[in-house]
Amino acid sequence: MKNKGEIYRISGPVVIISGINTKMYDVVKVGNEGLMGEVIGIEGDKSTVQVYEETSGLRPGEPVENTGMPLSVELGPGLLESIYDGIQRPLPVLRETMGDFIKRGVFADGLSREKEWDFKPSVKKGAKVERGTIIGTVQETQNIEHRIMVPPRVSGKVAEIKKGKFKVDEVVCVLEDGTELTLMQKWPVRVPRPVSKKLMPNKPLITGQRILDGLFPVAKGGTAAIPGPFGSGKTVTQQQLAKWSDTEIVVYIGCGERGNEMADVLNEFPELEDPKTGRPLMERTVLIANTSNMPVAAREASVYTGITIAEYYRDMGYDVSLMADSTSRWAEAMREISSRLEEMPGEEGYPAYLAGKLSEFYERAGRVDALSGKEGSITVIGAVSPPGGDFSEPVTQNTLRIVKVFWALDAKLAQRRHFPSINWLNSYSLYSKVLGGWYNENVSPEWVKLRDNSMELLQKEAELQDIVQLVGSDALPEDQQLTLEIARMIREYFLQQNAFHEVDTFCPMDKQYKLLKAITTWGDKAQTALESGVPMPDILKLESKDELAKVKFEVEFDKALKVILDKMEDEFKNLRSV
Amino acid sequence: MTKEYKTIREISGPLIFVEKTEPIGYNELVNITLADGTTKRGQVLDTSDDIVVVQVFEGTGGLNRDCGVRFTGETIKLPVSKDLLGRILSGSGEPLDGGPRIVPEDRIDINGAAINPYARLPPKDFIQTGISTIDGMNTLVRGQKLPIFSGSGLPHNEIALQIARQAKVMGEGEEFAVVFAAMGITNEEAQYFMQDFERTGALERAVVFLNLADDPAVERLITPRLALTAAEYLAYEHDMHVLVILTDITNYCEALRQMGAAREEVPGRRGYPGYMYTDLASLYERAGVVKGKKGSVTQFSILSMPGDDITHPIPDLSGYITEGQIVISRELHRKGIYPPVNVLPSLSRLMNSGIGAGRTRDDHKPVSDQIYAAYAEGRDLRGLVAIVGKDALSDRDKKLLEFADMFEDRFVRQGTDENRTIEETLDLGWELLAELPEALLTRIDNKYIDKYHPAHKKAKAGKKE
Ligand SMILES: Nc1ncnc2c1ncn2[C@@H]1O[C@H](COP(=O)(O)OP(=O)(O)O)[C@@H](O)[C@H]1O
Ligand SMILES: [Mg+2]
Repeated sequence: MKNKGEIYRISGPVVIISGINTKMYDVVKVGNEGLMGEVIGIEGDKSTVQVYEETSGLRPGEPVENTGMPLSVELGPGLLESIYDGIQRPLPVLRETMGDFIKRGVFADGLSREKEWDFKPSVKKGAKVERGTIIGTVQETQNIEHRIMVPPRVSGKVAEIKKGKFKVDEVVCVLEDGTELTLMQKWPVRVPRPVSKKLMPNKPLITGQRILDGLFPVAKGGTAAIPGPFGSGKTVTQQQLAKWSDTEIVVYIGCGERGNEMADVLNEFPELEDPKTGRPLMERTVLIANTSNMPVAAREASVYTGITIAEYYRDMGYDVSLMADSTSRWAEAMREISSRLEEMPGEEGYPAYLAGKLSEFYERAGRVDALSGKEGSITVIGAVSPPGGDFSEPVTQNTLRIVKVFWALDAKLAQRRHFPSINWLNSYSLYSKVLGGWYNENVSPEWVKLRDNSMELLQKEAELQDIVQLVGSDALPEDQQLTLEIARMIREYFLQQNAFHEVDTFCPMDKQYKLLKAITTWGDKAQTALESGVPMPDILKLESKDELAKVKFEVEFDKALKVILDKMEDEFKNLRSV
Repeated sequence: MTKEYKTIREISGPLIFVEKTEPIGYNELVNITLADGTTKRGQVLDTSDDIVVVQVFEGTGGLNRDCGVRFTGETIKLPVSKDLLGRILSGSGEPLDGGPRIVPEDRIDINGAAINPYARLPPKDFIQTGISTIDGMNTLVRGQKLPIFSGSGLPHNEIALQIARQAKVMGEGEEFAVVFAAMGITNEEAQYFMQDFERTGALERAVVFLNLADDPAVERLITPRLALTAAEYLAYEHDMHVLVILTDITNYCEALRQMGAAREEVPGRRGYPGYMYTDLASLYERAGVVKGKKGSVTQFSILSMPGDDITHPIPDLSGYITEGQIVISRELHRKGIYPPVNVLPSLSRLMNSGIGAGRTRDDHKPVSDQIYAAYAEGRDLRGLVAIVGKDALSDRDKKLLEFADMFEDRFVRQGTDENRTIEETLDLGWELLAELPEALLTRIDNKYIDKYHPAHKKAKAGKKE
């Protein structure tokens, strides 16, 4: 085996090397500076390498060395609260070693080799351990217990198990065959981590976002896509999910997007509290930031780095959610590399394997019985950025074929500042039915009925709007005018939710139910009043209606709502028919 | 002195192919000497033992296979010093103003390097431009990249200049500078900018790079990079707040497309290279604020939308990278409204962090949201009125319709030298909102209505008396 060779050709991030033996996906060190790259093609004695760093100044003839290892991430305590680039280099470490701007040729460990962790063993000498067995724990952050597992390819009997403070690369357990286990393990990012069994998702991911929890829920372990043109709310929605979802771990991938957005997350997350635990959100979060101006090959790798970290926490038995913003930039990275390789392009220049890569990625989501014997899940939510906002393009279409939830963003809604600008007519969730039981049990037995009625009203509104466009609303019969009014209330009072409002940014399930129930009650009462001959204008004038509009902003919601409900009772009682 | 090669094998469009060289670095700067002694510059696009591909910035006109090619062994650098201020340079960085060459304090790679996201400070300092549709509805902050999406014949230059003149950060007297880079605009347009800079004295603290319509298109690929390098230098080495105006991004993208075609690449959407997003990001992402540095780079570039089509790849990919966009409307322009900003498709993504109590005013966000909602509905109703007539509208709808007209006439419209404070802008917003029934103001918390609604203010004032 020859593991040294030289550069033959350089064209942007793609470098062709020669005189060296390689396997597909081997990591190689390229050039005098040892830039990190990955073999993505082999032809004759030449291999094609995508390089994860800037290639300016690289010359033919410079040396290349093969590590013989696939691109891997380090998994162990210290992942949480980290921010990495696409190939798991900690950005704070990069800043320390090379300043405010990202230069190249710097290697940095994914996990700190300095920090010590307090390891508490949970197996005894002589115990039989298999792949995935938890051999002990480390308190990683105040609420997350990091469970140290036997790596997937290892099993045997414990010959020695230690206790106390250790660095991630120190041995804490030795098996009888001499295998040494440390707090850290490595895993190749392009290979899914094995599980015992895949299970059907059966619980909703509660997000605190009314239109999501209310109308189009995603299940824990499910998949969702959020496509939309620029400025329609992909990133804000993803960030809302990262902030308020009731998962235990969040992996957030900024893939080919803005630097300032990542800076924003970094700034905000340590300050915000997880509504469930009251701890800073950062303590449950891993960030991966490979922004649009960072090397495109590392962008391609970033989603794999992210999902592998997510799988690792799933294997410990946690509910993990992963947001990728944006999967289109990942697809474009594939396209850029593919076109440098002069591969036969498929639709719109994307490589023919686009659909395959997308489905392999989303397949790594799911609720599972992990090898550790615990149950865990990964919910994957991918933003999609269709060119020109046209959903018929390949990335959107191939994604929709895979995912179960479609949150269709709508530029028209965004323009009128109706947020979240998720179109309620085009969006869907294939989990709605399965999760109905959960809502009826845990929120209210009426929940599904309320939700279905609201959806029906919104559908009806859309039909009526078509008529209004031709004749004006005054020409409609009064009961239809009332339908329009109630639908408007659902849209404006319930669906609209301002992510930047202190109170409204997060809406617990109980509040969602009470709010929708109150609006529906108002609607029912209004209908009854109208039928009994009360004139429309008198109904529309009721103050309780206007007050319902703003009750969601109240800090003391329950109290404020009660006042309104009482007033509503009174007002309707006092209405007189003519 | 590096070795000179006379081994050009092929010349094709803006590219030359050189063979039998020693190992040549990727992205290296190349000097080409013509028979008459003139030189041109280029950059290595692809390099291998067999062949080196070079793109020639000044165009390949006049080149033949006998030309001498020298590889400089380094990437393109801009000589920088504080003396750049007040200078007018060509699109490739040569003095155009008859002044001396810049005596460099440093020479910086024009490709820049990505700011480590961990080193960024989220931009949040409100820049008052004096234009209501921007300050009130699409607030600009320091370190933001917020382009104008315009179209041919629309007054984007006037607006950019008005902003350059009026922009200020509240309560601060720090040093600031303008870096202006023209890419393929006409001489007349360039003159228009230069005259305004001279008239207002802005030239002294400006650096100007000019690549005009009749300059080589390939040069446009380096002009913005020179400009941004100068901007970063002034911002991060000399603590200045730099406003960068690049115009016109569309001409830059056309040059990019031309290069792609010359290299026979597989084109992406509508013939533009598949890497255009990444390429544009390497320009736009050079805006920002870096932790621990006093200066900042703000980009306010101009982009003309081919065929006024916002879904065209140039505005589309830009909008996906920039932190919002200010959209100029032909319809408002025809109505004689200046500045004809259509606020509906416009957006400032960093607005939320730049406004509110302590920055602008506590009611800023809800007022802006409410105006958006009301104006959007009012505009929709215009379409309906055209079909069913005004009488078929409910009272509510009539009010909204009137609101839309008033908004355009009083809020959007202002003079080219009218410099409104943010207070004035927000108060004007309230004046217009007060014309709507209060029940329609569903976006505004009652506490702000109590505090700012003209009717409530009056009532309170009445009570006090
Ligand atoms: N839920 C929301 N509440 C309030 N504002 C929102 C919401 N969603 C989006 N926005 C507004 O829309 C802008 C664009 O949203 P963003 O998520 O950045 O769009 P995209 O990622 O699709 O380009 C944001 O800057 C914000 O002003
Ligand atoms: Mg986004």
